[in-house]
Amino acid sequence: MLNIEIDGKAVEVDHGTTIIDAADQLGIDIPRFCYHKKLSVAANCRMCLVQVEKFNKPLPACATPVADGMKIYTRSKSAVEAQKSVMEFLLINHPLDCPICDQGGECDLQDIAVAYGAPKSRYTEEKRVVLNKNIGPLVSTDMTRCIQCTRCVRFLKEVGGMMELGLVGRGEHAEITAYVDKSVNSELSGNIIDLCPVGALTSKPFRYTARSWELTRRPSIAPHDGLGSHIEVHVKDGKVLRVLPREKESINECWLSDRDRFSYEGLNSPDRLKVPMIKHNGAWQETDWKTALEFAAGQLKDITNQYGGEALGVLVSPNSTMEEGFLAKQIAKGLGSQNIDYRLRQTDFRLDGKRLGTPWMGCNIPDLEQFDRILIIGSNLRNEHPLLSQRIRKAVANGAELNIISPLDNNPLMAVKHKVVVRPNDMVNVLAQVLKAMSGLQRLSLCLPPSLNALLEEINVRANTQAIAESLAGLGESYDLVSPKTAIFVGNLALNDPRFTEMFSLAEAISGLCGATLGLIPAGSNNTGQHMMGVMPGPQGMHVRAMLEIPRKAYLLVNVEPELDCHNGAAARKAMQQAECVIALTMYKSEALDDADILLPIAPFTETSGTLMSMEGRVQSFSAVTKPLGECRPGWKVLRVLGNTLGIAGFDYDSSEDVKKAIFGGEKPSAVVWRSLNNNLKELVEIEVNIKSDGLQRIGEVPMYQIDPIVRRSPPLQKTKYNRKPMAMMHAQQMLTLGLVAGDQVLVRQGEGSAVLEVRQDDHVALGCVRVQAANPLTASLGELMGDITVEKIAANVAVTA
Amino acid sequence: MLSAESIQKIEYELTKYPADRRQAAVMSALRIAQTEKGWLSKETISFVSSYLGIPDIAAMEVATFYNMYELEPVGKYKITVCTNISCMLRDSDSIVEHLNHKLGIGFNETTPDGKFTLKEGECMGTCGGAPLFHINNTRMCEFLTPEKVDQILEELN
Amino acid sequence: MTALAHNLEKQTLVTLRTITEPHPGSLDTYVKLGGYAQLKRIVTEKVKATDIITQIKLSNLRGRGGAGFPTGLKWSFMPRYYDGTKYLVCNTDEGEPGTFKDRDIIRYNPHQLIEGMAIAAYTLGARVGYNYIHGEIWEDYEIFEAALAEARAAGYIGENLFGSNFSFDLHAVHGYGAYICGEETALIESIEGKKGQPRFKPPFPASFGVFGKPTNVNNTESYASIPWIMQHGGEAFQNLGVYNSGGTKLFSVSGHVVNPGNYEVRMGTPFTELLEMAGGIWKGRELKAVIPGGPSTAVMPAKNILGATLDYDGLSKAGSSLGAGSMIVMDDSTCMVKALKRLSYFFFEESCGQCTPCREGTGWLYRVIKRISEGQGRMEDLDLLTDVSSNISGRTICALGDAAATPVLSFVKHFRPEFEYYIQHGRSMVENRE
Ligand SMILES: Cc1cc2nc3c(=O)[nH]c(=O)nc-3n(C[C@H](O)[C@H](O)[C@H](O)COP(=O)(O)O)c2cc1C
Ligand code: SF4
Ligand code: FES
Repeated sequence: MLNIEIDGKAVEVDHGTTIIDAADQLGIDIPRFCYHKKLSVAANCRMCLVQVEKFNKPLPACATPVADGMKIYTRSKSAVEAQKSVMEFLLINHPLDCPICDQGGECDLQDIAVAYGAPKSRYTEEKRVVLNKNIGPLVSTDMTRCIQCTRCVRFLKEVGGMMELGLVGRGEHAEITAYVDKSVNSELSGNIIDLCPVGALTSKPFRYTARSWELTRRPSIAPHDGLGSHIEVHVKDGKVLRVLPREKESINECWLSDRDRFSYEGLNSPDRLKVPMIKHNGAWQETDWKTALEFAAGQLKDITNQYGGEALGVLVSPNSTMEEGFLAKQIAKGLGSQNIDYRLRQTDFRLDGKRLGTPWMGCNIPDLEQFDRILIIGSNLRNEHPLLSQRIRKAVANGAELNIISPLDNNPLMAVKHKVVVRPNDMVNVLAQVLKAMSGLQRLSLCLPPSLNALLEEINVRANTQAIAESLAGLGESYDLVSPKTAIFVGNLALNDPRFTEMFSLAEAISGLCGATLGLIPAGSNNTGQHMMGVMPGPQGMHVRAMLEIPRKAYLLVNVEPELDCHNGAAARKAMQQAECVIALTMYKSEALDDADILLPIAPFTETSGTLMSMEGRVQSFSAVTKPLGECRPGWKVLRVLGNTLGIAGFDYDSSEDVKKAIFGGEKPSAVVWRSLNNNLKELVEIEVNIKSDGLQRIGEVPMYQIDPIVRRSPPLQKTKYNRKPMAMMHAQQMLTLGLVAGDQVLVRQGEGSAVLEVRQDDHVALGCVRVQAANPLTASLGELMGDITVEKIAANVAVTA
Repeated sequence: MLSAESIQKIEYELTKYPADRRQAAVMSALRIAQTEKGWLSKETISFVSSYLGIPDIAAMEVATFYNMYELEPVGKYKITVCTNISCMLRDSDSIVEHLNHKLGIGFNETTPDGKFTLKEGECMGTCGGAPLFHINNTRMCEFLTPEKVDQILEELN
Repeated sequence: MTALAHNLEKQTLVTLRTITEPHPGSLDTYVKLGGYAQLKRIVTEKVKATDIITQIKLSNLRGRGGAGFPTGLKWSFMPRYYDGTKYLVCNTDEGEPGTFKDRDIIRYNPHQLIEGMAIAAYTLGARVGYNYIHGEIWEDYEIFEAALAEARAAGYIGENLFGSNFSFDLHAVHGYGAYICGEETALIESIEGKKGQPRFKPPFPASFGVFGKPTNVNNTESYASIPWIMQHGGEAFQNLGVYNSGGTKLFSVSGHVVNPGNYEVRMGTPFTELLEMAGGIWKGRELKAVIPGGPSTAVMPAKNILGATLDYDGLSKAGSSLGAGSMIVMDDSTCMVKALKRLSYFFFEESCGQCTPCREGTGWLYRVIKRISEGQGRMEDLDLLTDVSSNISGRTICALGDAAATPVLSFVKHFRPEFEYYIQHGRSMVENRE
């Protein structure tokens, strides 16, 4: 520890602390532009100059480590003089356009200028003008305002993992730009808006819509992935105008993914359903709540009375709040149905009843940075978990080894130590190889059940799986780790696979052998919560696949667009068509709900209160930030009134808080959660390691900005390059085998469905696979997300080919 | 995109650095590419960056930072005249004027026949030979007089 | 052969000792003059690194790149034990106006530099070296590449030198038109294939240099002095010079002299002697001012420099500094406003742009001086210039900020009436030469 003094206040700090960190600890504000606690130190703006005893020139507080006994003055004459002169330099070429600048009112430069600037400029020469750049649909540029602090450049390189912006040119001509004509494609790009201390980078969707002081700021929780990022929703006149991160070091730090930042634009979509609707003779008619609910209740009662409770299927979105899931389950129960499920995109349910608890990510979010060895099974990391990937990136930057087994080889923008890219079907065998290699490493086979050992006998371990096992065990090229912190995460591509059970079971066995943390990292914001509450079929109930394959007479949909949100869109559509009655609680009116009979407008996360449970088991409640649009009502309220109307007992909650209390039985949520979280299995599930099938397999990945009804309707997100027309994407070699060239039109058949798609080369796809994105109307007619598929050329490439 | 000969030269430069530090060769690689192509188009820069496995923008930063890279097409002969203090004291102005007159172009201009481009340069570390210019970044011509300039231009024509 | 060599007999040739030979740059010439003997002796006799550093310290060799930092002391900063590659870097990026001495070393005596670097590598445990050469002197870059090939073929650099276990690879790398790359950390960034933007120090190159590894950076002339020191001993080198300034110094004389060129003389030589060697002021004119060490050193009016000796203390007593020994000589026809305008343009043009005061301030200075030179000056501009200069100075990452401030401060200080005249009359006080 070092003892120092800043502005006369004594403080004890760690070795290596910089002056600015020490001052921040003391609450002494040193002005700064380039410094940011999460980025490397550039020390280029020179705003943080302070006086240090025994030094004849001022030192930059951000880059100067303190020494024992240092006496620092941040407000002395010489410090202030230096700071003022830097301010003067910063302003000479800065436009004085604060009144029309979006940053106005929340601009660091403006704030500090008020404190340090001179009233009148001594600069009478011509000011610099810099051309604006078009860097994509999310971030708007006003480059003349740039003060070259390079925060944006450093963020994209260090946190985003790829250098997409640079400071080109030199001296006064230096300017921030992406490569000629390129846009910034990072899925974290919006953070550069927050980082920019001036108005050079601003939010394109938010541009010119409001002045910062007109906005009401309300806290909330981001609802698009299992991280549970803290957000601040900015509202004007009852309308959400932007979303910013709220700093929460242990969850999202100070960042936010673009999905969570820009999804709000989907809230104001013209698709929003504002009043209840009932279909009469095939035509939609608006109605009032009372009529709608009575009609819905009547239908539900009639059908369940006539055919029994099992005629009803209830589908709940994994993004619905805990309150909504809980009440939906109560309704199902009240109507005598055990058919309820939230696992809409899953197809393999063999683990039901075999788990010891609720699957979760197996550790806390910041722990990710501490792992030495990581294995990711079946996940396109950046697509599924934009911010989580960034934590893993930090671990890798600190020397962790990342290993990947996946059918997709998309660059996670961090060093990958070993990877195996194979067909989903072969992943089971690959995992068995890793298990066998691991069991051989320290004669750990003794720890495996005999049945598994017998199974492994037939397995041939290849060099790359051996390498993965060794990496997980902590072995190294130059030295071995004595007790490595190892983690294995099973991702969404595995979770949605027909052989998920086997993959997960093998992952569990591997983690058992090497003492690794095992975690499940699904897409969706409340999977853990829904699972813990058991929004899943009871012992006599049907899981989602069964409910769709063996159609029910009635469906209750909570925030689900069946064609787009289910594992098998075609089956879902058919089931809805065949049903006598489909009641949809939905935020949007859309084609995907054309087959419904009753539409009940529910409120999105900004207009309701509720609770989400993150992948790490954190229970977070939020309140509405605006009034519901039109006649919309919070989902929990609609379900409660529906319950009342149905006459089901126990539906007398006055608030979502009441529902929450009921969920946790009056206990402290965390107590319930920690009791429940457990990734281990009661027993081993049958594993077939050698299933051979040589046909093509579909990888029905859900693109980042298609995952739920809200993001699907956010225009700026839809304008990014991540939103592509669905195509049949495959490896160059695969195209060669099939005699296809890019641009060819092909007929893709899957199950009973088919679609005509264009062929596109994508060398990230494993051989033997075709990547055909899901959650898109153009591919909704196809079958399962992951399944056998055929591809047939119907027309040659019409484009000119070389 | 680049000739085998240029690639071979880049490979030679790469031998100077550790295998995992390919970016280090970007200065020479851009120089070699420019020598072959005359200037650095965005396609050429992208080629170099992908050959070295670095982000395009990283190569662009380098190409725009150093004066001797040309990001626009230049004439067959690029003449860069030093006008810095030591040359100025020995009347580089008259050399510039002579060139302006002779070629009919000013700084950053190219003759209509695409033969000559004129540039103003900073100190070339050869001030003892002032006034001077260099041609195509490689050939240094010192102790210039208008007559000597004529002679050199003659030779290039 | 060498147009630049004048009055060789009056010089004391150390770093350019081959220059009197018919083929000065060749390996044969160098070996004939005793070249590489010191390297061979040191490597085969396994001379202790500390003994070498002791000799360098005794020699009082101070960095010839401009800052004059004692070389022996710098070498002792390199970590002795390090698990990994250490690097050696030679700075031949001279781009400071008026400086052209290192070019002659790599042109006329490259092997002495190579030997000096090899000895340094041996002493500091560096395995790989780079000589970073100013991009504009391309022919000299190629000469140096050829010299490296010769030395490699002859076994003076490469693996297991002289059958020992000492190996040293030396490579030539080049700049491509950026003065700032003369600053050692910008140079390191440039070697790594990046923009030449100086790094904040600490950490210094000795702990975090090329590729983040311990690195020693010296100027060409500094390294080229090493073989002589090892041959004759540190004391002998010290004795060539004066107190606090050991050895000889290459002075690049440019501007209004009869014979511009490099002159290697003993430290402490009177300025008048050097001026005489260079043939005196041309065209029979009078000396007006000298910038003694490159534009980053203060300009000296004739009266201040005429009595000065050329060594670190001598010039600093006279109100400037030795810098890189780049004597820019100006006769009485020189317009100081025009001269300053050109210099401020240089610093404006060459600022790397990362620090606010340098990026914004150099442009401001240039624009004000330009305005004055266009007859639009205002009296208060002179105070503004001094003020802006002082606000840049000492507040930047590298010393370019100070370098940019120095000419403005010193020109305005010593030639204020000339600036005032220009502002009042809208034209120069100095008659046109023609
Ligand atoms: C703007 C700037 C330009 C410089 N240019 C050179 C140069 O061209 N050559 C050089 O040797 N040192 C130059 N230096 C000094 C180097 O940073 C460094 O101090 C020197 O190379 C160390 O070598 P030495 O100790 O042998 O002098 C420059 C410094 C600055 C701040
Ligand atoms: S002082 Fe100037 S040249 Fe030096 S680092 Fe700062 S901006 Fe770059
Ligand atoms: S905050 Fe320290 S230099 Fe910018």
